[in-house]
Amino acid sequence: MSHYPPDAKWHEMERAGIIPQAGNAEEYSVGGWRNEHPVRDDECCIDCLFCWIYCPDEAVTVKDESVIGQPFSADHCKGCGICAEVCPKDCIEMVPGGEFQPGEPGQPEEE
Amino acid sequence: MGDNATLEQKAQVKGKVALEGNEAAAEAMRQINPDVVAAYPITPSTEIVQTFAQFVADGEVDTSFVAVESEHSAMSACLAAAVGGGRVMNATSANGLALMWEILYIVSSLRQPVILTVVNRALSGNINIHCDHSDTMGARDAGWVQLYAEDVQEAYDNLIQAVCIGENMDVRLPVMSCMDGFLLSHSYELLRVEDDEAVREWVGPYKPDMPMLDIDDPRTYGPLDLYDFYFEHKRSQMAAYPYAKQAIIDEGRRFGEAFGREYGLIEEFMTEDAELIAIALGSTCGTLRDVVQHLRDEGVKAGMLKIRAFRPFPAEEVVAALDGASAVAVLDRAASFGAHAGPLYHEITSALYSYGKHIPTNNYIYGLGGREILPEDLQSVFDDLQQLAEAGQPAEPVSFLGLRE
Repeated sequence: MSHYPPDAKWHEMERAGIIPQAGNAEEYSVGGWRNEHPVRDDECCIDCLFCWIYCPDEAVTVKDESVIGQPFSADHCKGCGICAEVCPKDCIEMVPGGEFQPGEPGQPEEE
Repeated sequence: MGDNATLEQKAQVKGKVALEGNEAAAEAMRQINPDVVAAYPITPSTEIVQTFAQFVADGEVDTSFVAVESEHSAMSACLAAAVGGGRVMNATSANGLALMWEILYIVSSLRQPVILTVVNRALSGNINIHCDHSDTMGARDAGWVQLYAEDVQEAYDNLIQAVCIGENMDVRLPVMSCMDGFLLSHSYELLRVEDDEAVREWVGPYKPDMPMLDIDDPRTYGPLDLYDFYFEHKRSQMAAYPYAKQAIIDEGRRFGEAFGREYGLIEEFMTEDAELIAIALGSTCGTLRDVVQHLRDEGVKAGMLKIRAFRPFPAEEVVAALDGASAVAVLDRAASFGAHAGPLYHEITSALYSYGKHIPTNNYIYGLGGREILPEDLQSVFDDLQQLAEAGQPAEPVSFLGLRE
C-alpha cells in the first residue's frame, strides 16, 4: 500500500483497497518475523538460481543473471529456509537470529 | 372467452403467463444473459439453477455455467469471474447461503456486483426447508444490497433491477434479490414477463470496472491490508450505500417508465392518515394488504408499510412514513437469538429514536420454519395495536404469532 502516503484519507484511495500499480510488493516490508536467516557461501555457489526461483517472496536478489555478491533482502526474507533446502550444492546455511550480519558470506561488504 | 377457457388461455389474453417464482427468476436470468453462473443446488432455490442450466444446454444464453462442489466454491467462482470482468449471477437458500458466508463479505469488500437470488428458507437446526428470513437476516451485515419481493411479479422485476443497481458505477455492490421459499418460489402466479429485447436493452451491456484480467493495466485485488489502511477502506465501502439507496430509487423509477411497474425503497399502503401501521417484508405484505383493506372497510385507520429494500436500510423514509401513527407493529420472520427483539424491529425502532420520534412499537416473531401466517393472525396484530395506542407503551415488546403457547 506504500503508493499512498501514510496520512492518506479514506476518500483519497482507490475503491476496494485495490492496488492499481503492478510490481510494487518490493516496497512493502514483510521481513519482520524472521528468526533464522540464510548465509550463502559465494565460493561454493554455481549460480544455478534455484534459490531465486524457489524463494516464495523476493528475498533473493539477482544482478546480471547472478546471485553471487548480491545480498538477501532483509525486507522480504522470512527465514523459511526453502533456499537452503533447494540449493543443489548445499551452499546456503540457515543461521539462528533474525538479523543479517555485515560481513557474513553472501552479504555485501560494508561500505 | 367462455368459462371453459384454460388458465393459460385467459392469461394470454391479459398478456401474462403463469409461472412459479423460481421459473420467473430463471426467465429473468435468461433475458439478462449473464457471462457466468456458478451454482450449487439447494431447496427451495434448486429449480432456478436447474432451469437456467437447461437454457445453457439448449444454447439460449451465452453464459458459462460452472458446476461446483459446494456453495463456498460457488460464491468463490462467482467472485473470481466478477473480478475478472464478467456479469455474474447465482441462486441459493438457507444453509447454502450460510456456506457462502465468508465469501459474501469478500465480494462486497471488493465491490463486485454479483447478483444472487436468495429463496428464503429457515436455517438449520433442526433441518427445515420452509420459509423464514433467518438466512438473509443473518447476512444483513455482509455488505450486500437486499431487496425483498412481495409476489412473483416483484421477484422477477427485482432481479432485473438488481443488475442495474449493483452495476451502477457509484455503487458497485453485490445484490441479493430475496423471495419467500415455497410461498413464492413454488407458487404459480400470473405475471407479465417482458419482451427479451426490451429487458436486454433496459439492462444494457456489462461495463467492467478495473477488471483484473486487463493485462495492459494490471491491479491487485484483496491484498494484505493491516491497521494502517484497512479502516480507511472499510469507511470508503460504507460510503457506497447511500449511492445504492439512490440507485434503488432511480432504477425503480426507470423500470416503471419502461414497463409500467414502479418501485421504491419502501411501499406505503394506506399509511397517509393511518393510526395503526404494521410493517413487514416479503410475501406477508400481500396478506397484510387484504387485512388492512378489510379494516378500512370497517372504519379502522389501518396501514401497511412494506420494506422492499432492507439493505441499505431506508431509515429516513421509514420515519417519514410512520409520521402520525399512534402505534406500530413490526413483523419479524426471523429470531435474533439473544437480542431483545427481532432484526427488523431493531432497525425500525432505532430509526425512530435517531430521528427523535417516539411511537409505541410492538414486535412479533412469526412464521419460523414455514409456520403459516393467516389473515386472522394479522387481524389480531391490529387488535393489539388499538390497545397499544391507548396504553402508550407495550407491556412486553416481543410476542409470537401462530405459536402454540
